[in-house]
Parts: sequence; structure tokens; C-alpha cells
Amino acid sequence: MDFTVLIGGAAGQGMDTLGMMLAKSLKTLGFHVFLHRDYMSRIRGGHNFVKVRFSNRPVLSHADEVTVIVALNAETIELHSGQLSEDGRVITLENGGKVPPNLQKRTIQLSSADIVERSGNKRVAGTAALSCVLKLFGLPLAALSDTIVTVFAGTTAVANETAAQMGYDAAETKFHAEAPAPWDNIFINGNEAVALGALAAGCKFYAGYPMTPATSIMTYLAKKANDAPILVEQAEDEIAAINMALGASYAGVRAMTGTSGGGFALMAEGVSLAGITETPLVIAVAQRPGPATGLPTRTEQSDLSFVVHAGHGEFPRLVMALRHPEDAFYQTARAFNLAEKYQIPVFLLTDQYLADYTQTVAPFDFARVSIERSLATAVQAGEYLRYELTDTGLSPRIVPGKFPGKLVYVDSDEHDEAGRITEAAAVRKSMVEKRQRKGAALHPELLEPEYIGCDEPKVLIVCWGSTYGPVREAVLALNQQNHAVGALVFGDIYPLPTKMLERYSRQASKLVNLEQNATGQLASLIRQHTGLACDHSLLKYDGRQWSKDEVIAALIKEVL
Amino acid sequence: MFTIAKETAWCPGCGNFGILQGLKEGLDSLNLEPHQVVISSGIGQAAKTPHYISANMFNGLHGRSLPAGIGIKLANKDLTVIVESGDGCSYGEGGNHFVHAVRRNLDITHLVHNNQVYGLTKGQASPTTAKHQQTELQSEGVQLEPLNPLTLALTLGAGFVARGFFADRKQLAALIAEAISYRGYALIDILQTCPSFNKVNTLKWYKERVYYLSAEHNPADMGQARIKAEEWGERIPLGVIYKRETAEYGAHNTVINANPPLVDLPLKPHDAKRFMDEFR
Ligand SMILES: Cc1ncc(C[n+]2csc(CCOP(=O)(O)OP(=O)(O)O)c2C)c(N)n1
Ligand SMILES: [Mg+2]
Repeated sequence: MDFTVLIGGAAGQGMDTLGMMLAKSLKTLGFHVFLHRDYMSRIRGGHNFVKVRFSNRPVLSHADEVTVIVALNAETIELHSGQLSEDGRVITLENGGKVPPNLQKRTIQLSSADIVERSGNKRVAGTAALSCVLKLFGLPLAALSDTIVTVFAGTTAVANETAAQMGYDAAETKFHAEAPAPWDNIFINGNEAVALGALAAGCKFYAGYPMTPATSIMTYLAKKANDAPILVEQAEDEIAAINMALGASYAGVRAMTGTSGGGFALMAEGVSLAGITETPLVIAVAQRPGPATGLPTRTEQSDLSFVVHAGHGEFPRLVMALRHPEDAFYQTARAFNLAEKYQIPVFLLTDQYLADYTQTVAPFDFARVSIERSLATAVQAGEYLRYELTDTGLSPRIVPGKFPGKLVYVDSDEHDEAGRITEAAAVRKSMVEKRQRKGAALHPELLEPEYIGCDEPKVLIVCWGSTYGPVREAVLALNQQNHAVGALVFGDIYPLPTKMLERYSRQASKLVNLEQNATGQLASLIRQHTGLACDHSLLKYDGRQWSKDEVIAALIKEVL
Repeated sequence: MFTIAKETAWCPGCGNFGILQGLKEGLDSLNLEPHQVVISSGIGQAAKTPHYISANMFNGLHGRSLPAGIGIKLANKDLTVIVESGDGCSYGEGGNHFVHAVRRNLDITHLVHNNQVYGLTKGQASPTTAKHQQTELQSEGVQLEPLNPLTLALTLGAGFVARGFFADRKQLAALIAEAISYRGYALIDILQTCPSFNKVNTLKWYKERVYYLSAEHNPADMGQARIKAEEWGERIPLGVIYKRETAEYGAHNTVINANPPLVDLPLKPHDAKRFMDEFR
């Protein structure tokens, strides 16, 4: 079983709350749930929808086909009836009329006027629609009631229960949804997972400036500020944010900043400052479609090249593409260790899709998170040399103020071992080489991409980050149909780990890059690092994430 | 205690020498040790000052000395943080940070070496260059009104606003010590000559105009402070223009005031597990 419920309406009609309530009810019943939001960048009006996909097996992405549409306005039916499955059902909250004739038999019309009258509350009609959904799938109303109690309190809860009973009575069971055996899980989105990873890693300082889709990392952390504790500063702009974070990191705390493409453009000089001062920093870049303001609430993977190259001058960095919420948690925690070990900026590259989708996943294992500060615990006699030249390029790093008599000089100018400004050619050369040596030392840390698919793929897909979910589901489905397809999904992406790529690309006869951008930025990176050219590109850049169905269709049509 | 032997990159007769000396003497008078002090600076001739002093240094980007200094102070409230840079760095490139640093009112001291010109880049107008003053770039004279940092700081609600003068290092040292001791954001705009690129605001020009505020000036009186902050031209007042007690950021930010310095907090991954459990 694999069902999707779509709830659509205008901004301000509460789809988000309804989607959450439905998802939580399904989670309570033990289902694997995937909640995906499709939002316009406006506060009122427009067309927004959420999709709740659920199954008795893990669900890793959204599906195109919809089993039930909950239409809070007529436009929802117009826009989505094409995706309704053959036996799909529509639930409306208006009285008749607007439902096209071919759908009328499959439509349950709830009267919001009746619901308002009987419940005495204007805002509970959506609840009736949700209970109607549960009934269609033969699921107990109690699951929703439990959620209502936790979401609403007092009179509203009573009104909600009245509405829920009305909706439940209005439908007959049509689909058979059987929950799996109970399993331990959490229901979390990518940004929350990043934030939890940062908290687990001991991040004590986050500076940022609001920008969708990165903002919710900061918002979540701010809610935990006193409890954790962690200081969350809303800076006056992104330039200030990254410079504050660098100051905090210099002073010895684990620090982080986060933004989206436009804000990251403002941070570029700060990235370069992290490079030359060798100040550890974790930077989350949650991509959305550009250029400039682009599509603020939608998704894209078009800033890979930008993040890999941002910042003038040459210095080592690490870019990790986050693939799913669990990956986001563990990689974020790892990012803090590597930033401090190599004294470099480490990037968490994510996007709106991953930032905002909420999924049931196995609880994170905090025992797997270790904190390695890589700070010097003792210093030699004499002057402290912040940039002491060593074989690895890594200099012992101390925190200012902690060693009487020892001073920490860091400089954005080229500097000598002590951190003092210099233009001496020999020193310049030795410092450039020192920074390059750190980059070389970093290489063994790189994690190879995850391989999905059959043992001997004829077609090898290369992709990265949030396309993990749709690609994984598509590849496994195609394998079942005996297509010899495999996929390498990159997490660590710069520097590019190449071992698995070289091995699998030798076996496969076709190399296909699948990306959420128009120019194939991963393909360029692969070619640059390995000389391997992709034979075919599957690119999507309409601001909507590749779905598993679209991946399957594109592969069958263009590649297989 | 804060003195080190290091050859400077300043021109002979540069006003920065006096400011450097004033800063060292001011720090010495406070019984601070070098490792307890961090100087965050930007880029410019003024911003090189921390290279010539014995204290921790974060010599960051042009215009960004304030946010870096703020990050340092937020991370470790035990450190004495001084933000030091030129007029271009502080009021031009970093103007937005200046505005919001005043609003934030964190306990830092902001020393602006105001030579009314961009020194390092060879003499272009800065935000404080007088209207009509000619430079190589502004060959017809500056067309913009100069920015008055003191009135701006007052308008934004700063609790400590002062003007110093490079040529009187004793007074300057005392002013710097007072600013460092002040709990909150303290601004000292320090008048300074640039013998190479500012041929108008010379030592002679300043000496004919500057005077110290007398005991009659009440720095707690905003009305008087505004009048003195606006005074410029024939007579230029020096000293503490405005001073009152304010609610310093660290004192009312619960994360900062309820905890030891953030840098001293223990880090234990498992402590965050309870936050994950809320997602069950
Ligand atoms: C982002 C950036 N823009 C421009 C510069 C070039 N620059 C360096 S210092 C400076 C102006 C310095 O003027 P000021 O801050 O008044 O310092 P002064 O040299 O006069 O002491 C400029 C424009 C730079 N380093 N970085
Ligand atoms: Mg200047």
C-alpha cells in the first residue's frame, strides 16, 4: 500500500496545520509518513498545497499520483484532478456546483456551513475533512482525536471533535490501509535535523539573517536557546552574520551561520576570511531557485558551483550535500569536527525540498556523535605561533584568553607564523603551501557516495543531495522491473570523492547525471575532477522537486 | 605591558602613533593583562594598530571589525573587546554595523581613528571628509554632506559618546580607560591627522579649534550633549559628550547572563537528545 492525500487551498487557509494533523495521526497509527509542502511566496491567497504520503514501508519522497484530494477551494480541484488515481476520491468543503461532472460520483461534499453551525466554530471545517480522510482509509477516528487534543485546547478541542465526528460519518471506507508493526520513529524535517545535529555537536553560537528556506534552522535553535544553551543572534545582514560567527569561533566556541543563495553571496568575503585566518566555521546554505530572488519558496540545486568557488583566493574547504534528514543530522555533527580539525569552512549544502519536507525516520543515535575539538591543550614556551608551519599544514590552535602570556593573532592580511602582517615573498609562499597542505590532509576524510541499485549497473546515475529520496525509490522500482540501473548519490561533494565513481563508471555503459538545475553542475565537477563525461543529463529547473515518478519516466523515455 | 617592538607601516608624523600610545597607556592604567584583551580591527592604516600592541588580535575585513568583535564578546564575556578601525572602515564600509552595534549595546569599546580620509587607498573622501574638500578622486570637491558620527550615535541611543584627539595622549589614555570601564557600547571618535593625504585637517588646523569640555558640561544631559555633538568648525569639543547608564546587552540576554562565558560551557552530545525526543 502507498497512498497520498493532497490538501490544497489558498495561503492562510491552514493547509500546513491540517497536513501536520493528518501526518501525526498517521504516524500515531504506525505508518511511514512523508509530508511535502508546495508553497507560494505570499501570506494570503495564491495556491498552496501539502501532500501527505503514507505507507507500511519507508517512504522517502513525494509521489505524483494522489489518492484523495481535500479541496479547500475550487482551484485545488482544477489544478490537481489530473493527478487523482483512477479510484481516487475528492473531499470538498463547499456545496456542489464547482466539481466537474466526471468527478461528481467520487466527491464527498462536506458542508462547511453545517459544520460551523453544529460545532459553533468557524475554523474547524478542515478537521471534518481530515476525519473523512481517515474513514476513507478505514482508519480509526481516535488517531485524529489524540492529535486534536495535543494541537488544540479547551473549547476549540470540543468543536474540533464535533467536526471530526461529522466528517467521519460522511464517508464510507474505500481503501484498505493497514499499518505496519509499531516502530520507533521521529517525525522531522531537514532543517530541524540540521539544528539538532548542531546542538548535539555543541554549537553554542548561531548568527544569521532570515532567508527562506534557511530561516527555520535559526528559529528552531532560538526556541532552544535557554535550554541548550545556545546564543542565537539575528544579525543586521548576512555579512555581519558570518563575521560574528567567525569572531565567536576565534574566541573558542563552536559557531555556525546559515542562509540561502542571495545571503550567501553577501557572505562570500567572510568565507575567504575564514580561509586565510584558518577559523573553523560551519555554514548551511539552503538553496532555492535563483538568480537573485528567483523563486523564494521553491527548490533547486543551482548553487553547487557557487558554494564550491565562493570566496576570493585559494584555500581549502569541505562541502557536504545533505541527502535526507538522518544524513543532515549526522553530517552536521561531523561538520563541526572537521571544521575544527582542519581549521576550515565546512558547508552544509541543502535545499528547500529537504529543508521543509517532514518524514518519519528512525530516532537519531546520539551515541554516534562524538565531539573532537582538535584544540591544543598545552603550548610551548616562548611566543605562541598561531600559524606555525607543520608537515600537515595544521597549526596548534588555542583559544584567546586561556593561556596567560600567550596571544592569538589572526590576520586577513597575509601573515607570518605569529599572525603578523607581512609581504615577504618566502613567507607568502610558505603560507599558501601550508593552506594547500591542509586541503591534501583533508582528503582521507572524504566519504564516498552512497550506491543504490543492482550489482552490475548498465546505467549509472550520478546525483547529489536531496534527490536521494526520489532517485532511491525510482532505482529500486526499476530494478524490480529488471532494468540494470544504479545510482551514486553524493554527500561529501567537494573535494569530490572519486573511488566509487571510477569503479562503477567502468562497469556501466551509460553515465547519467540527474540534477535539480539547468546546467548540470555535478557533471561539470565530475568532469573537472576525473575527466569522466556524462553521456546524458536529466535536469529539472522548474522549482519543483524531481518526484520518483518523474525520475522513472525520464529514465525510461530518454535513457533505458 | 602592552608595548611590543614592531616596525609600523605608518608615515612619519601620522596621527596613528599618538592613538597607539594613548591606547597602550589606557590599557596599562586598567590593570588588564594582554591575554585578557582582544582587539578586532578592519582594514586600513588605522586598522593596523593591533599589530603594534601586545594583545590578542582579530584583524578581519574592511568594514567588519564590529561584527567580528561582537562575536568575540558574545562568545567570551570575560574578554575585554576593543574594536578599532578608521573612519572609512567604521562609518563607510561598515556603516550598517555601526548603526546596529549601537542598538545592540554590547559591552565593547569602539575606537575610530578619524582622519577624515581614506588613508590606505591614498586619499579618497571618507564619510567624514568636509563638503567641497578636494581629493584626487573628488577633484571637484566632495559633493556629499559629511556624516557626524557623534550625533548619529546619540540619535541611535548610544550611552557613551566621546571625542578624542591624537595629539594629547594623556587625555586620550584617560578617555579610552573610561570607555573600556563603561558597561555597554562606548564610542570614541578620535580626531587624527593624515599628513600624506589630508592637507586640510592638519595639526595646526586642529590646535586652533579643539578645546576640552569644561566641568560645566553635564554629560548626562542629552540636550547639552546634542549641542556639543553638533559643534564643529570654528570650535571642536573634546571629551565625554554623553554618558549615562544603560542596559548592556549581555546583562539582559538570558543566554549570556545566566551562563558562564559560552566558551566555557561543557559540550555533551547526549544533552541534546531530549530535544529529539520531542519529535517522537
Ligand atoms: C571590501 C573592501 N573594499 C575596499 C578595500 C580597500 N580599502 C582598504 S582600506 C580602505 C579605506 C581605508 O580608510 P579608513 O578606514 O578611513 O582607514 P585609514 O587608512 O584612513 O586609516 C579601503 C577602501 C578593501 N580592503 N576591502
Ligand atoms: Mg581614515
